[in-house]
Amino acid sequence: MAGRITDDDVAHVARLARLGLDPDDVQRAVAELGAVLEHFADIDALELDAVEPMAQPYPLTNVLREDVVTTSLDRDEVLAQAPDAVDGRFAVPPILGDGA
Amino acid sequence: MSTPSTAIGIAAAVRSGSMSAVDAVEQSLERIGASDGDIGAFLTVTASSARDEAAAIDAAVASGSDPGPLAGVPIAIKDNMCTRGIPTTCASRMLDGWLPPYDATVISRLRTAGAVIVGKTNLDEFAMGSSTENSAFGVTKNPHDPTRVPGGSSGGSAAAVAAGFVPVSLGSDTGGSIRQPAGLCGVVGVKPTYGAVSRLGLVAFASSLDQIGPFAGNVADAAVVLEAIAGHDPGDSTSIPEPFGPLGAAVTRGVEGMRVGRITDLPAGADPDVTERFEAAFDALADAGADIVDVEVPAFTYGLTAYYLIAPAEASSNLARYDGVRYGHRVAAPDTDAMYVATRTDGFGAEVKRRILLGTYALSAGYYDAYYGKAQRVRRLIADDFARAYTHADVLLTPTAPTVAFEIGAKSDDPLAMYLCDTYTIPSNLAGHPAMSVPFGTGADGLPVGVQVLAPAVGEATMFAVGAALERAMGASDD
Repeated sequence: MAGRITDDDVAHVARLARLGLDPDDVQRAVAELGAVLEHFADIDALELDAVEPMAQPYPLTNVLREDVVTTSLDRDEVLAQAPDAVDGRFAVPPILGDGA
Repeated sequence: MSTPSTAIGIAAAVRSGSMSAVDAVEQSLERIGASDGDIGAFLTVTASSARDEAAAIDAAVASGSDPGPLAGVPIAIKDNMCTRGIPTTCASRMLDGWLPPYDATVISRLRTAGAVIVGKTNLDEFAMGSSTENSAFGVTKNPHDPTRVPGGSSGGSAAAVAAGFVPVSLGSDTGGSIRQPAGLCGVVGVKPTYGAVSRLGLVAFASSLDQIGPFAGNVADAAVVLEAIAGHDPGDSTSIPEPFGPLGAAVTRGVEGMRVGRITDLPAGADPDVTERFEAAFDALADAGADIVDVEVPAFTYGLTAYYLIAPAEASSNLARYDGVRYGHRVAAPDTDAMYVATRTDGFGAEVKRRILLGTYALSAGYYDAYYGKAQRVRRLIADDFARAYTHADVLLTPTAPTVAFEIGAKSDDPLAMYLCDTYTIPSNLAGHPAMSVPFGTGADGLPVGVQVLAPAVGEATMFAVGAALERAMGASDD
């Protein structure tokens, strides 16, 4: 396993995940994730180089459906559930701003 | 004549016209109204639509048509399955008030089978937890002792059946979220083979592990519900193309000559009262004619580690969609990036954030091979070990959970202690195999103990035969 998780690791990961953490949250996350990751050291001793990684349990490959036109979700019904919509589209605040 | 309380009994009575679907549904709604204030199993009760649907079923019976194998059966749905026009919250502030624009495949199939949805049940937020304490909308209590948790994450669906509100319900199981609450609430809970039941419309937690399955008061009812929801769905690319079931014959078939495996290297940690019931289950199956055989599954013990790297990794990716743009919660901010951060920070609860951080860490540059890559290799070891064990045994038996239901609050501040609740249930999700929890008497403080039956992929019929045999043994001993 990699070394112990640090404050910087947590801050970096929080940024990647778009989660805001205050300094107390970071401390708590370091302690909690550290304890969990420590427990995970039980797999360190396993010899795994020759083992093929398993991503999905049931052996299905190249699952394709027939190229048939079907009805889509109703646009108005979908947009009615959006936090903000304008002219039949999702609306968001400016993309270029202080955080960009 | 007493009114039937099982799903099979209600459906038979409704189809024959001896009981109306309206009466069956009213009875369920009355019980919910009278007692759910104390239990907290439901987040939404759909009384009005349930009454309309029940009336339509009675009209169908009156006109001579057959409304289906679950005719008039009231059913509760875990609130992470999409129901068109009915709130689907995942017990998260993130989706508070969201009305899905479509039904999950399991919902359409239940309706086709004649079942009537009476409400949506509480869960740990986004199905992350083992106690239903992580819900943003309140804690569900265990009907056997309201100071205890019902287990989780499908705690509301388990409690709804245990409290007698509904004969059957649906949950989802990513690492034990159907079986563990079934065990703690003293009901039957089934996680089918990965791909047996469509995941279309199940809000994704960990896509390579998630599977929908039934809760029921007895094994035969669980079989009927599973038959109704299982089978190929072109809308889910991981759906098994071959036909599912049938299971009816399995329930009465018995276990004569069947090989029931005892895992000699099963991780320790079950309480003595749980172990006692687990040992009694082997005795009961031997008495019923099964052969008990010893098998080894050396990698079983690494399941917890593999799971708590793989599931959070997949969750961190799946939950990236909650960005305040297309649905659900939004916190206003001057630009989109600030809006994403503010929305996600406010909308997600502590356990969801913990898992997103853990999963993002396990997938991040420099750590991917050490964590996620390694966990995927351990997952293969577990599947290979099971495959070897199943050359010697038809099914395997374990306790469902290491303890009976614990006190509310007992583990909520210790994530690792909570994760250890899933020790015995996780390996089946990693391997993609079916597993079910069957109530098998009581342990400490008179609380229910579940025994888990594990079977190889698409081995549901064998698994149900064993589950039914355990149920018969309990009926015979009248424990």
